[in-house]
Amino acid sequence: MFWAAVASSIAYTASRKIPHQPVWTLRLFAGRGGPLLLGSPNANTMPLDLLIVDDSAAIRKILQRVLHQAEVPLGTVYEAGDGVEALAILKEKTVQLIFSDINMPNMDGIQFLTQLKANDAWKQVPVVMITTEGSQAKVLEAAQLGASGYLKKPFTPDQIKDKIAGLI
Amino acid sequence: MVEKLEREQLALMIRRATEEVFTTMLGVTVRADESYLELTPPAQFDGIVSFIGMAGAWAGTGSLCCSSKFACSLSSSFLMAEFAVVDEQVLDAIGELTNMIIGNVKNEVEEHLGPMGLSIPTVIHGSNFCARSLGRDAWTVVPFWAGEDRLDVKICLTPKDGAGQDHGTAQAHSFSLRH
Repeated sequence: MFWAAVASSIAYTASRKIPHQPVWTLRLFAGRGGPLLLGSPNANTMPLDLLIVDDSAAIRKILQRVLHQAEVPLGTVYEAGDGVEALAILKEKTVQLIFSDINMPNMDGIQFLTQLKANDAWKQVPVVMITTEGSQAKVLEAAQLGASGYLKKPFTPDQIKDKIAGLI
Repeated sequence: MVEKLEREQLALMIRRATEEVFTTMLGVTVRADESYLELTPPAQFDGIVSFIGMAGAWAGTGSLCCSSKFACSLSSSFLMAEFAVVDEQVLDAIGELTNMIIGNVKNEVEEHLGPMGLSIPTVIHGSNFCARSLGRDAWTVVPFWAGEDRLDVKICLTPKDGAGQDHGTAQAHSFSLRH
């Protein structure tokens, strides 16, 4: 099994179309504290079972479409409206990748991430936060809790593909 | 940190966020019209109104409003499905558009006014109703056009005073039906 180097970097990019509008991206290479679940040589061709956690059914649907457009090999896609539902799904099902919003009712994405990483059965699953929250503080908070990536809404298929390229 | 925000700055943030969301997620080009201040809400409205709260050292509300027809059209572009009438999926799509647009405005506003939290959006659909916020400050409105369809993106922000008393932060909303 491939062991990803435990590394993190904060990249300051001025990639948005409007000048002087920095986009802070925090790239964490998955593998913090353990092996990648998706690190086998054939991982990039094996269908991925995913969990999408967002209170918006529209975003859950759109994200699946964008993943198809990004040519991500999808297996079973599970959906949850908040962190509580997501944890209930994880007790029954196994997934290789999780996408999670932050602002959700009942249990938000930060609380969900905290509980996920505290559980030995789930803590190795990479989690990509997909959210409108763009502050550096939020990005760092998610990174410190073990998020494998952070993507701001709105997003394009290429951004999704780029974000998960190091995870699959 | 700059602790104030000019209306034109806010209008520009609204314009950038809206155009980015429309271009990236909907593939729709919208044209921004001149912004203006709205002191009193329309007496009567038909269509869809959404609200999302913001709170921090400054507090307020963001809102989107458009006709039911345009909401269906936007949802169709958003979800790649056809919607003839406003249903749960359309309401959800408009809620998420509100979340993304106002959320991105909030990210820019925070650079001037400090950290702010964002609430979960509320979306209302109906006819012959009026809606207003109980805050005392004017709304900055930026109208957007896609052909003959119009979407208004509005934000009202007010500072909490130094004594810790809020003026305008209890941004409760009231709705009444006109008979």
